[in-house]
Amino acid sequence: MFKLQKKEIIDQSSLYTVPLIAIGCSLIFVFILFLLIGKNPILAIFIIFIEPLLSIFGLSELIVKSTPLIIIALGLSIGFRAGVWNIGAEGQYTIGALFGGAAILAFYPNNGIWILPLSFFIAIVGGILWGMIPAFFKARFNTNEILVSLMLTYVATLLLSGMVYGPLKNPDGFNFPESRLFHDSGTLPIIFPGTRAHIGFLIAIILVGLMYYLLKKHKFGYHVRVSGESPRALVFSGRSTNYMVYLSFIISGAFAGLAGVIEVSGPVGQLVPAIPVGYGFTAIIVAFLGRLNPLGIFFAGFLLALTYIGGEAAQIRLGLPNAITGVFQGVLLFSLLAAEAFTNYTISLKKIRGNI
Amino acid sequence: MDLLIAIFQGIIIASTPLVLAAVGELVVEKSGVLNLGVEGMMIVGAVTSFIITYETGSHFLGLTAAIISAGLVASLFGLLTQYLLSNQVATGLALTLFGLGLASLIGQTYSGISLDTFPILDVYLLTEIPIIGSLLFNFDYLVYLSIIIVVSVYYFLNKTKFGLVLTAIGDNHDSAHSLGYSVKMVRLFAIIFGGSCAGLGGAYLSLVQTPMWVENMTAGRGWIALAIVVFSVWRPLWVLVGAYVFGGITIIQLHVQAFGVNIGAQYMSMMPYLVTIVVLVFISMNKNRLAVNAPNCLNRLFTSDL
Repeated sequence: MFKLQKKEIIDQSSLYTVPLIAIGCSLIFVFILFLLIGKNPILAIFIIFIEPLLSIFGLSELIVKSTPLIIIALGLSIGFRAGVWNIGAEGQYTIGALFGGAAILAFYPNNGIWILPLSFFIAIVGGILWGMIPAFFKARFNTNEILVSLMLTYVATLLLSGMVYGPLKNPDGFNFPESRLFHDSGTLPIIFPGTRAHIGFLIAIILVGLMYYLLKKHKFGYHVRVSGESPRALVFSGRSTNYMVYLSFIISGAFAGLAGVIEVSGPVGQLVPAIPVGYGFTAIIVAFLGRLNPLGIFFAGFLLALTYIGGEAAQIRLGLPNAITGVFQGVLLFSLLAAEAFTNYTISLKKIRGNI
Repeated sequence: MDLLIAIFQGIIIASTPLVLAAVGELVVEKSGVLNLGVEGMMIVGAVTSFIITYETGSHFLGLTAAIISAGLVASLFGLLTQYLLSNQVATGLALTLFGLGLASLIGQTYSGISLDTFPILDVYLLTEIPIIGSLLFNFDYLVYLSIIIVVSVYYFLNKTKFGLVLTAIGDNHDSAHSLGYSVKMVRLFAIIFGGSCAGLGGAYLSLVQTPMWVENMTAGRGWIALAIVVFSVWRPLWVLVGAYVFGGITIIQLHVQAFGVNIGAQYMSMMPYLVTIVVLVFISMNKNRLAVNAPNCLNRLFTSDL
């Protein structure tokens, strides 16, 4: 069979080649999939991956959809580097949306530029608190953080729904399960008039730069790298392993909470039960596709946002099921993980030994 | 009395998919592999079994389709993690995302159609016994099959040579490899077995529990199955206890809502997830019991060649 040998030095070019190979493989897969379900594959791929880039509307929607993906993925990348698995970013995002949205509603109908910063702060605190639950149990009892953070996602979704059906329901809303529309002081300013593109995107860009600096130039980045490669070395450098668990969840919880409040005060503009749409899970793919690197995450966020927008367009124009987006995202992550094998290891063919 | 019997039957039916998925995952984890794709494999099993049963009219063919299709997607996970040495956590997540997308895609045109109810195993005379008949002999054959699988897995892991080899591989893959056992092959078989069980669990949802196809109908049961494996501390018979407890919470919570207890439905629906967290924490507090039963090499990379 074949033998995999871990490479001592990983080629730097793999930072670009692996994601590109994975994207190529996934495109081939969806090409075949379109053929199988009897749609013109070239037209479908054009509509999904190219057309949104050709219009102002498409580009502005790309900005809207990539913002939460980039922000959540930036936060997750810290934990993933350190081997701490926060799978519940979707829950922390939902809590951020709920806390931030509730704060905005609490100040209705007052005006003031302090309302948004304050509700952002409350949302970040909410995201951190929600993330601290799995972190505390992980640090204290070594409870599996994957399962706890995931269970809390379901709890968060139900909590949001309970609130929107209950205390946060719009008093003038004919009993619909949705909150009041946020007033102007609770809505993010638009960057390009006539579109939904809001300044949350600028926050995402600033965070990419901040994260890049922290990881490259700061002691913090050193701790993150060390703890992923060798937890013992982290202890020698003066930090406990629990330090990394808490830090990972604080950062990813804060970022996810921020993304949540940006989404409700930006494109959504109110609290509805359907705020969690899977960004927290898609952000996991974004983080991996971006090779856990801030700049990579920025571009990966755009690509995954493209699959959402293109998927919707293909649904309307070609009658393709919306689930294509999910399939493509799953295949993309699979291809990415497989492509990694070819860069982290040298593969050599060899004869099977007698003793299997 | 009728209400109690109905609750009991409801619990068994709610728990059976969890039993099937959890016992499969237990074997996978015993071999030292963590497959987080249970949810994805379940939903693939649910949709394929529904489509095949609807098209052919045969429940048996539907179940076979679930076993094969979920086994296939599991083998994809196996190839990636065992032979291309990909990260198990990430690959399992990919499997879940892929499975959910694929199932919605192929099930799209079947949404909302319902099937004939799954036949109840009618044991002559036994089913007629008052109370006991309805409590023990009034289920579909999958309920009994799930219990048989659990007992067989118990026997296999503890009393057969293959089972001990599998456990040894999960505890120390390097030693097992030195002794000449093929770590990767055994793990691949375990992964496929786990996938098939999860697929069967998914099929139970779409054929028996609610005989129709609904998008995302697994609703986190795959993840609860993963939690049940931890709850059982990797002991097969405890999977039954765990699954029935979780199924029980789900059903009792529904009945409490039906009695008109004045708590929002959303808050009651949180119960199974909250209880799962509490149970996970309590289990992880007992370090000694975990040390004895947990597979040491769980989620560790095995890089030696074939």
